[in-house]
Amino acid sequence: MTSPESADAARAFEVTFDGRPVEALPGRTIAAVLWAAGITSWRTTRDGGRPRGVFCGIGVCFDCLVTVNGRPGRRACLVPARPGDVIRTQEGTGHED
Amino acid sequence: MSESLTCDVVVVGAGMTGAACALYAARAGLGVTVVDRGPVAGGTTGAGEGNLLVSDKAPGPELGLALLSLRLWAELAARYGPDIEYDAKGGLVVAETPEAVDGLRAFADAQRAAGVTAEAVPADRLHDLEPRLAPALPGGVRYPQDAQVMPALAAAHLLKASGARLLTGHEVTRVLRARDGAVRGVRTTRGDVHAPAVVNAAGTWGGELASRADVFLPVMPRRGFVLVTEPLPPRIRHKVYAADYVADVAGDTADLLASPVVEGTAAGPVLIGASRERVGFDRSLSLRAVRALAAGATRLFPFLSEVRAVRTYAGFRPYLPDHLPAIGPDPRAPGLFHACGHEGAGIGLAPGTGLLVAQALTGETPGLDLAPFRPDRFPRPTKEAAR
Repeated sequence: MTSPESADAARAFEVTFDGRPVEALPGRTIAAVLWAAGITSWRTTRDGGRPRGVFCGIGVCFDCLVTVNGRPGRRACLVPARPGDVIRTQEGTGHED
Repeated sequence: MSESLTCDVVVVGAGMTGAACALYAARAGLGVTVVDRGPVAGGTTGAGEGNLLVSDKAPGPELGLALLSLRLWAELAARYGPDIEYDAKGGLVVAETPEAVDGLRAFADAQRAAGVTAEAVPADRLHDLEPRLAPALPGGVRYPQDAQVMPALAAAHLLKASGARLLTGHEVTRVLRARDGAVRGVRTTRGDVHAPAVVNAAGTWGGELASRADVFLPVMPRRGFVLVTEPLPPRIRHKVYAADYVADVAGDTADLLASPVVEGTAAGPVLIGASRERVGFDRSLSLRAVRALAAGATRLFPFLSEVRAVRTYAGFRPYLPDHLPAIGPDPRAPGLFHACGHEGAGIGLAPGTGLLVAQALTGETPGLDLAPFRPDRFPRPTKEAAR
């Protein structure tokens, strides 16, 4: 009989965060995947360049914005991770000036 | 706890108009108390875009008030500009059809005769002004006098600058009248404030406040939604809108009107308006309205179709049947002054309104003829007519 952990592990896939591989489990949001990997900050503020990660965790506050597959401004707490996702720290608006 | 206070003038409403009335009354030497049932900028002031416009106004009393107000905004900006995110960005009105170009140019000619600066922009120059505008638009008009502020900040900073006593969370239940009809102050849910003058700056709720002074003023709500995008680097330089917006502003239909009005903000998000509906004080989200806003904005700026809208908010413009505000003394209630009913133009028209009210309060000759804004110009409907 397999334990839930090993069943999960069998279904694990990989995404990248700022170029390095991070293991993800199915059904987890990008925020959950990053937290599970010990990453708590993935955006810098527009004015002061201060670090940001999850604040409300339920899609309301727009603090956890991150760039996913080249598209900035995604809410990490809502977007499910998918195999091969390229996740990058978002600096400022994430749009080129 | 009950308070009993005395001052020279009570301003009812801590929105942009109330703040401007407080500022100019205080500058005229009056002791001012501002009361509001909610917080500062809790009504229509906090639900708009902060437009300071001459571009959408036809020659007439409202344009006169707008020109005065724009001059006063520029003076205020010299002192408070960065705090209130004042941006003299100018407006760009674009036509979407060749016929609309003709209409727009004729409108601009009339405005120019009334003191508005309006520069015709041919099709091949539109992108010099707004590089991301849709291709193949047939032309437009640039209005360098148009500007923008962040309205909640503007109301808060001008209230602070006025030095007025501010009583938020105080709802006025009665305007107190003496036996001879003269105004004596206001009764609030937390005590009375005594004063020989009361200014009705209650915005969309100005009709209700008037009824608490036993006078009739038919201020009605006209709902509008604003769609807010994710923060972007500066991409849209002017306040940009389609020529049919002017017709919508003056329109009289109850059903949804939506014409694109697009502008960037100091904080980064792009604000997309403007819808107009007469649905009472119904705050429920109208998907139909916000879809129309998004469609209009992406028609003017195709790049916006790749930008995420992160939220929407709604507010209620205070309109009177002839689309002009009520400004000045109310002959039906000596000591009562009105400063409300500015529809969607209240932020822009606030300083002029405040100055005119202060002049009326101190017995000075007002800088503009107040006759078109008389608060007693609407007859109270008889019971027969109301039926």
